[in-house]
Amino acid sequence: MGADKHPYLFLLVFFVMAVGFAVGPLILAGLWARVFSPAKPGEMKNATYECGLESKGDAWVAFKSEYYLYGILFLIFDVETIFLLPFCVAFTGLTVGACLAMFAFVLLLVEGLAWAWVKGVLTWK
Amino acid sequence: MDDGLRNELSKQGVVVVKLEELYNWGRRNSVWPLSFGLACCAIEMMAASMARYDLSRFGAEVFRPSPRQADLMIVAGTVTKKMAPQVVRLYNQMPEPKYVIAMGACAISGGPFKQGYNVLKGIDRFIPVDVHIPGCPPRPEALIHAFMTLQRKIDAQKLTGPDRARHLNAELPSEFPVPLFGEHDLVPTKNLNVWEPAVVVR
Repeated sequence: MGADKHPYLFLLVFFVMAVGFAVGPLILAGLWARVFSPAKPGEMKNATYECGLESKGDAWVAFKSEYYLYGILFLIFDVETIFLLPFCVAFTGLTVGACLAMFAFVLLLVEGLAWAWVKGVLTWK
Repeated sequence: MDDGLRNELSKQGVVVVKLEELYNWGRRNSVWPLSFGLACCAIEMMAASMARYDLSRFGAEVFRPSPRQADLMIVAGTVTKKMAPQVVRLYNQMPEPKYVIAMGACAISGGPFKQGYNVLKGIDRFIPVDVHIPGCPPRPEALIHAFMTLQRKIDAQKLTGPDRARHLNAELPSEFPVPLFGEHDLVPTKNLNVWEPAVVVR
């Protein structure tokens, strides 16, 4: 059973050592707690909030879902920028097919922009 | 193991330590304070943790923003009666083992505001304080001295036996009752399990 026979043996060794390195101290800590140091949970210690004051009110507040429109608009321009730059750089070396594909892609994005325009997202309210 | 045998072994190049010593050595050199300042003493506490006074020499520069990660509460400043319940609550939320340094005249006794209606006359009325530092405000050196005193205290704590450290004894409490706001004062005004009124001898 040498390294020639099992070339990935070192992976197993690494894995076992990594798990041991992580789990070993936890096991030791658990043993220590069991032998010497008793757990002392309490109502306040187990409370969720931790900066002195007790929390008030409800965390379930309404959040406006209109924000998704801005997300979509951002995505349109973001994707456009990322793809247009290499497109411009490689423009002279491109085939007709590649050019057409790129135009179709840009047209899709422009369609998204047109959709948002018609929907009235671009008007500031 | 007696000291003579240990001496003899160390001469032969064999270092022997007790588990208790190893445990306390680790604990005393990694005390993480809660970053919690109440008044002007906190400025001195900050100075102590910065480069000039360098509290990190003692392994205590890691000021934690959460009581869940802290070992030491430095009550740095005036504890008003409005703030006292929060201080006790923060102390309760710290995991064991936990220690308290009451820093400055206000935190140990109310200080110059002792006669005031809104100032607690010492945080040791509600939580057990390990080291008191007088001064208004105490200099960073005084805080460092208090810290070294605490380290010596940790070093002397026993791992087993009836006089073992508080956090190792399941019967001793880890949480202390939080006072409520009463009509005129905190209710109760003191926790008699941790604090006894001083007997005035005239």
